Amino acid sequence: LPKPQGPKWDNKVQYMLTCIGFAVGLGNVWRFPYLCQIYGGGAFLIPYGIAFVFEGLPLLHMELAIGQRLRMGSVGVWNSISPYLGGVASMLVSFLVGLFYNMLLAWILWYFFHSFQSPLPWRDCPLNLNRTGYVSECEKSSPVNYFWYRETLNITPNIETSGPVQWWLVLCLASAWGLVYICFIRGIETIGKAIYVTATFPYLVLTIFLVRSLTLAGATDGLIYLFTPNWETLKNPNVWLDAATQIFFSLSLAFGGLIAFSSYNVQKNNCERDALIVGCVNSFTSIYASIPIFAILGFKANENYNNCQNWNILRLTNSFNIGDENITVENYDVWFNYLNATDPSEVKSLDLKTCNLQTFLDQSVSGTGLAFIVFTEAVINMPGAQVWAVLFFVMLFSLGLSSMFGNLEGVLTPLLDLHIIPSWIPKEIFTGLMCLSSFTVGLLFTLGSGNYWLEIFNSYVGSMPLLIIAFFEIISVVYIYGIDRFNDDIEWMTGRRPNIYWQATWRFISPLMLLVVFVAYVVIEAEKRPTYNTWNPDYVHFPLADVQHYPEWVYVICVLLSVLPVVSIPLVALYKFMGFLNKYIMKRHNPNPYGNELCHGEF
Amino acid sequence: MLWKVLLLLGLSSAWAQKLCSPGASDGYKVRLSINSALGDQAYVWNENEMFLFRATLAFAMRTYSDGQEYDVANVVVCDETPRVSFWFVVTSPLDASLLVDKRRVEEAVRKSRSRINSAFLLTDDTLEFIGIPPTLEAPVAPDTPPWLIAFGVVMGGVGAGIVVLLVSSVVQKIRKKRDGEEETGGKTENEAASDAIYNMSFSDDEPVTQM
Repeated sequence: LPKPQGPKWDNKVQYMLTCIGFAVGLGNVWRFPYLCQIYGGGAFLIPYGIAFVFEGLPLLHMELAIGQRLRMGSVGVWNSISPYLGGVASMLVSFLVGLFYNMLLAWILWYFFHSFQSPLPWRDCPLNLNRTGYVSECEKSSPVNYFWYRETLNITPNIETSGPVQWWLVLCLASAWGLVYICFIRGIETIGKAIYVTATFPYLVLTIFLVRSLTLAGATDGLIYLFTPNWETLKNPNVWLDAATQIFFSLSLAFGGLIAFSSYNVQKNNCERDALIVGCVNSFTSIYASIPIFAILGFKANENYNNCQNWNILRLTNSFNIGDENITVENYDVWFNYLNATDPSEVKSLDLKTCNLQTFLDQSVSGTGLAFIVFTEAVINMPGAQVWAVLFFVMLFSLGLSSMFGNLEGVLTPLLDLHIIPSWIPKEIFTGLMCLSSFTVGLLFTLGSGNYWLEIFNSYVGSMPLLIIAFFEIISVVYIYGIDRFNDDIEWMTGRRPNIYWQATWRFISPLMLLVVFVAYVVIEAEKRPTYNTWNPDYVHFPLADVQHYPEWVYVICVLLSVLPVVSIPLVALYKFMGFLNKYIMKRHNPNPYGNELCHGEF
Repeated sequence: MLWKVLLLLGLSSAWAQKLCSPGASDGYKVRLSINSALGDQAYVWNENEMFLFRATLAFAMRTYSDGQEYDVANVVVCDETPRVSFWFVVTSPLDASLLVDKRRVEEAVRKSRSRINSAFLLTDDTLEFIGIPPTLEAPVAPDTPPWLIAFGVVMGGVGAGIVVLLVSSVVQKIRKKRDGEEETGGKTENEAASDAIYNMSFSDDEPVTQM
């Protein structure tokens, strides 16, 4: 049943901020800049823009409109469109994504708690037992890597070795869920208050970082590298696929969260304008976040380059006993040629490194590698490191928190609509139970092999099922619910019939694009036997990642994770069809002219 | 007579020079990076600075070695370069032709490293004894790790907030129930009047497709 009165947004701003907060998440900060970098900088904006216009915006508008019109969460919406569509798929996906997403928040909290020390703990290697040197694992890789892989994750060499539960990660996960719970405790009533802070704070921090990073040495190198278009990459089909998937996941479509949020709106609300605003703000945020990220990466590359050069200079100075600071970066080439001419064998024995700024700029990382390894290393070299670290991690936390709200609403609203919850359980207790159960299952990610499991969840739950769900969503709205009826609804809500752009994209272009993306995705993924990078200190080529294949049982779990949420669609359809057949057969056997089970609602 | 003394002195210094040579088994190479350390305030390395070095080293040997009276003359220096690097050996005060064992020199240098560094306004990185790595200082480990303090603060706040919110919702419910009970007592007359105005059962508000 649709909501009669019940909870609703205090004002329009809350609703918009919540949708924006849900759409703008960690991916905007640590996935989009990476894609921009590896796919030729400014040139990537073209496939990204095309995907946005033909896939992102139509789906976004449709989700907001359908939630607002039918005033129910995803389960109710799908049931209304056709009882054969269960709608449970979105709920399952939201739940599974919420599990691992909060682990990311737990890691961010861990780094946040550790930013209140001087010096920062990831700056130096710890000493070994007899204080003669540094721990060998740290010396071979780097202090930042050691802090992430050993002191934070305490990672095992492969996914089969589970390792014990790391108590410190359990504490961080508990505090992450506690913070989520306190904002989520009464559903959108408390979310609406919290969102004022969590949705706007990241923009404040990004601006501060923007100003600070542009003053760092080497920032312009990073920015030029980011935005220089490399048109060659457009010929690579992977670029188009990645652009399409990026816009899709970036807008958090098919989770059911957007449908849930818009269901609390008044019905006469201009959802077309809302969709345009949310979509454009999301893309703007991605681009806006890339600028300080790349300025700081340019700064880091510059530092590495200078260190490389200084190392060479020191080697030459010490070996040839030249006066201290006689060789500088400027006259290095003159000295090098002179020394190479006088004593080439000695120069050769020094093993001088070739220092190339471009190589350092090419080292691209995304995801947790960007936040916890590259960025933390850059922050060490900035004056006032603790302040920047704290700001950065609080920003990441609020970005992730506002996305978590959407995930949880994508689970809570359908459950409320299904009336599974007995009414004597107050909402606070129920949300508490949800958080507690998610926390318990999420303890999987606090094991030694937790990071490997998180990668699996991220790749298999957060990708394919969403594409399938979105495809079914748009097909069912357009062809089962009826595009004409949908157009009428939107005209009733906004006062304007959707124009030719929306018609064309909803009917043909978006479903086709989704289908192509899904097929391409499956083909590319199925081709390679999945492998994963492990951190194995005993590996011969450590610190390079030891690439391993997933064992069979893990692969089965991966497939299950992809298939289970989606399999509810045909299963529920079958179940309902069985019920319908049953009634039909019974009616044939006992015709009752006054019976109206089949005619219910046909007037 | 004089020429005999001069000959002896010359021989002894030549003898001393033979004791000290680059790569000597009982000697160490020292490297100073004064310009990198001090920048504008760098001093020039000259004979007097070298004298200070030999005196500091003699002090180190006196204090931390076997207690014999080492003198400046017991520290022999050779192979000075413009880098500012040189080799040194330490001779025994009892016999100028005997070199003090490498390990004793190392021990003395290790123990007095900070004194030697401060005599020259340098650090472990800029005044290097090649072959004697500096003893790494263990970082100060506080009793409670600072991250637990931050965690405690955050969780305390969150816990308090949750309790406040739960209590306030319970209070709200109790208050509503109490108000509801008070109202139903005096409402019966108005209820009968207002109920007949709008009958919900005839409105069809179902925009849903049902089958």
